Amino acid sequence: MYLTKEEQQILDGELGVGTQKAMELLVAIGDAYDAEKTIPVNRAHAASSGQEGDLYFVELLAEGGAKCRVPTSTNPVYDLTYFHGLFDIPKGEAEVARRVMEAYKRVGAILSWSCIPYLSENIPLYGETVAFSESSATPYVNSVIGARTNREAAQSALASGIIGKTPKYGLHIKENRKGTFLVDVEASLRDEFDYTLLGYYVGKIVGYGVPVLTGLPRRPSTEELINFCAMSNTSGAISMFYMPGYTVEASTVEEAFQGDLPKDKVTVTDGALREVDEELQTTNGRIDFVMLGCPHYTLKQLGEVARLLEGKKVQNGVSFWVCTSATTKVLSDKTGHTDAIEKAGGHVVVDTCIDEPCWIAYKEKVGMTDSPKCAYYRRFKEVMVARLQDCVEAAVKGRWR
Amino acid sequence: MRSLEISLKCHKIIGGCGEGEALVSHEPICFYLTDPKTGVIREKTHELAGKNVANKVLVFPSGKASSVVQIDGLFKLASNNLAPKAMIVKDVETVLVVSAFIAKVPLVDKLEQDPFEAIRTGDFVKVDADKSIIAITRQRT
Repeated sequence: MYLTKEEQQILDGELGVGTQKAMELLVAIGDAYDAEKTIPVNRAHAASSGQEGDLYFVELLAEGGAKCRVPTSTNPVYDLTYFHGLFDIPKGEAEVARRVMEAYKRVGAILSWSCIPYLSENIPLYGETVAFSESSATPYVNSVIGARTNREAAQSALASGIIGKTPKYGLHIKENRKGTFLVDVEASLRDEFDYTLLGYYVGKIVGYGVPVLTGLPRRPSTEELINFCAMSNTSGAISMFYMPGYTVEASTVEEAFQGDLPKDKVTVTDGALREVDEELQTTNGRIDFVMLGCPHYTLKQLGEVARLLEGKKVQNGVSFWVCTSATTKVLSDKTGHTDAIEKAGGHVVVDTCIDEPCWIAYKEKVGMTDSPKCAYYRRFKEVMVARLQDCVEAAVKGRWR
Repeated sequence: MRSLEISLKCHKIIGGCGEGEALVSHEPICFYLTDPKTGVIREKTHELAGKNVANKVLVFPSGKASSVVQIDGLFKLASNNLAPKAMIVKDVETVLVVSAFIAKVPLVDKLEQDPFEAIRTGDFVKVDADKSIIAITRQRT
């Protein structure tokens, strides 16, 4: 990969060890893809996590004096002070989380601790070059917003945030953004939950590729698009997709395929989505807790939870969690949603997600969620997956079905 | 018994040198699904289930699974000195590059021959990623 004079100086360590390590990683990725050069990025999102591999890299950069050159937001970890007294988190795990959060602060990241930063804390623009890791973020940013990012790891995104560059490869090149797989939707897609099933199914069928979806019954909502992105990039590796008419980069199917004919095709029926739904369930009956907000709930979704819980109480012995970002919670507090949820016995928790070690108390428990992604990465024993209304009803009754 | 030695050019991704017994997998590998305390592949349906990746020269088509788990998996093996000595792959992707970078495992691709034809499990393989060359020694009886 061609390096500018400044990039070579960074690689030689002239600007400190932290930026040197970040540059080394970008060069390795550039070499892997035979990238000719780097291109500037305007922003980055690092899918930080409370895990040791993440800790190693961000501390290496922080101790080496590296600072983010462009806005770089962070993914959920967990707020130890919030969980103190609620859960017994093993000391070793808690220490990793504390150090990860501290190190991201030292490198000057935006401490969003949110998996949907593209809605409020760090919003890409159409056509912008960015480096966004996190399952929903990569496809949302490419497809819904029309910015350009590869399927980054936390560390490669952070390195790009530090250097302000990324190697030019993959989805930064127009011809790699063309559709590969035609998905004809016959399913009725009534609500957000149907979009999670659609995403999960499309990810499984396509695996690695760029699906082009036709036949959608109406314009999907923001939340439906977020769900589709998160699930398709969990069951598969979908960094980009097209819904011509609703996503920005191609207004027709032909344009999405850049003149080529689709190599593969699948039709999605209500029956196929019902099968996905059934596959996700590992048990039925009694539940210990409900976990919502994977990906983080928006203000609209918090409002819906508040409305569904009105005049109801979460069953004794059942915990009810809604994960969201700190930014969204401020508005939820002001709007009254948080009060309504708490009055019914639920919790609105920020800065974290189900895939964090803080939930270790649920290791042997039965959970219910509206998110197949939450079920896939679950840190609890058994799971039921259903739409929000069913989750709320189950929380009130203490069981489902 | 005599041995056969051949050298092949390759393409460096993560530099360094490593040598050891080859372990060949025709399926992608997720390091999160190895036992971090032994290096044994725990994924029951994997063709190498029960085999140990520790200190091997691992030959496989590509990585798989989410970035967080893949990187953490290889990092944990490396922390316990159980990572492969080097990795030879066919299709590289960003997450595998990051994993190898963080775990400091030499990583190469684009062998001048198909790695699955050139290398068999049990061969002794030296990878010199910095010089973009590998040497394969096979015992012949």
